[in-house]
Amino acid sequence: MTGISAYGTSIPLRRIKVEEIAKQWGDNPENIKNGLRVKEKTVRNHDEDSATLAVEASREAIKTNQINAKQIEAVYVGSESPPYAVKPTAGIVAEAVGATPNLTGADLEFACKAGTAGIQAAIGMIKSNEIDKALVIGTDTSQSSPNNALEYSAGCGAGALVLDKQGEIAEIKKTTSYTTDTPDFWRKAHKEFPDHGGRFTGKPAYFKHVINSTKNLLEQTGKDKEEFDYFIFHQPNGKFPLKAAKKLEIPKEKVEPGLVTPKIGNTYSAATFLGLSNVLDRAKPGQEILLTSYGSGAGSDSFWIKMKQQPENKLEKKKPEKTLEDKINRKKYVDYGTYASYMNKLKEVY
Amino acid sequence: MQEAIPLNWRKYPERYRLEGTHCEECGQDFYPKKNICPNCRRKGKLEDKQMPREGKIISYSKVKASHKDFKDETPYYVALIELKNGVTIFSQVVDSLDNEVEIGAEVEKVFRKLNDKKYGVIAYSHKFRVKK
Repeated sequence: MTGISAYGTSIPLRRIKVEEIAKQWGDNPENIKNGLRVKEKTVRNHDEDSATLAVEASREAIKTNQINAKQIEAVYVGSESPPYAVKPTAGIVAEAVGATPNLTGADLEFACKAGTAGIQAAIGMIKSNEIDKALVIGTDTSQSSPNNALEYSAGCGAGALVLDKQGEIAEIKKTTSYTTDTPDFWRKAHKEFPDHGGRFTGKPAYFKHVINSTKNLLEQTGKDKEEFDYFIFHQPNGKFPLKAAKKLEIPKEKVEPGLVTPKIGNTYSAATFLGLSNVLDRAKPGQEILLTSYGSGAGSDSFWIKMKQQPENKLEKKKPEKTLEDKINRKKYVDYGTYASYMNKLKEVY
Repeated sequence: MQEAIPLNWRKYPERYRLEGTHCEECGQDFYPKKNICPNCRRKGKLEDKQMPREGKIISYSKVKASHKDFKDETPYYVALIELKNGVTIFSQVVDSLDNEVEIGAEVEKVFRKLNDKKYGVIAYSHKFRVKK
């Protein structure tokens, strides 16, 4: 078997409200908040990037369950905002957590589902007995052009999972995918900010892939939707996951615990990891989770995750001291000027 | 100012993992690393050891006029921090609200960028934040 033996999260302290961005560009904040179902988003500090967030999330996972970092034999980092165009973040993370040098590592790319592609790669290595333990991270400090719809949601964060044969917290029982060539969102080489197809990002892109990948998983496992206690869908905004759930006839009560975007924005590769962490923070032994990521371009990965049967107090000890909710509630608001400077939007100035 | 690549690279253990040295002879921990134990001299037996990631502020200052490399970050806090093993370390304090940075405040280590200019490699290192 393969499973999750530790998890960790990291989000920046700083936030910007939708109102503050709307004020800058003369938009109506209420329309945006209702349209996207996002209230505010995370903003990185000058000294944070996708590598520092990845290290912090990984350290929390490793520290919580006293994982011996030297036993980690693979580090996979999924991101679309790596600090270097050429030089792996995986090496920085492995060095910082003390896992180097006897391991493999790679940075993966598939828009917002790069991290779940890393989970699948790690599952393959563990199930084929090549390695015992892997560290997989989804991390992003998402870029968005000033005065673009993306600016209201593109946030920052990281989530890390330690996967191994024991699966002390949960077992990953099955994974399926659904992939096509769908040009809904892209960033060309050397371009600073991504472009997107507006409404085209919905029906033929997000919904088609998320729904089909989820259906693939249900069909291939023979599982009934009713058997799952929680559903986590990739969350580019607060609305899409609920709409996907409605199309799949899943009650929204099973989706909301894994929906954190309204409070922290779309954390891209980290989004499904953070949604999963918010669910793991409250899940009980034996409960079942269905997770489906989405990466523009486009593809979805689905996972059937089952919490390990064990006494509840034993499980609680394996969860991080601070819940993701604690971190979401600790924040400091910044104004648009500060945000633009932190996110490196003022070119030639910083 | 861009550090020489090897200089930054050699400091990874100290900067990334807060690795110092421990003398098996007298039991004292040192950070930054020592090549020879100042207590035991040639009898000392030094080995690498990770310093505790937690400590408390023993003195601090709010920097409003900084070196030009840190201008983007002003105002920011620097502090003398006593780690849980008694070793004192000088570091920046980040992600902490003004009313939280005070003498005696419990702090924890975080991994942050120290220097990132347009050209050259990024220098990452430890900084601390008030534990909340």
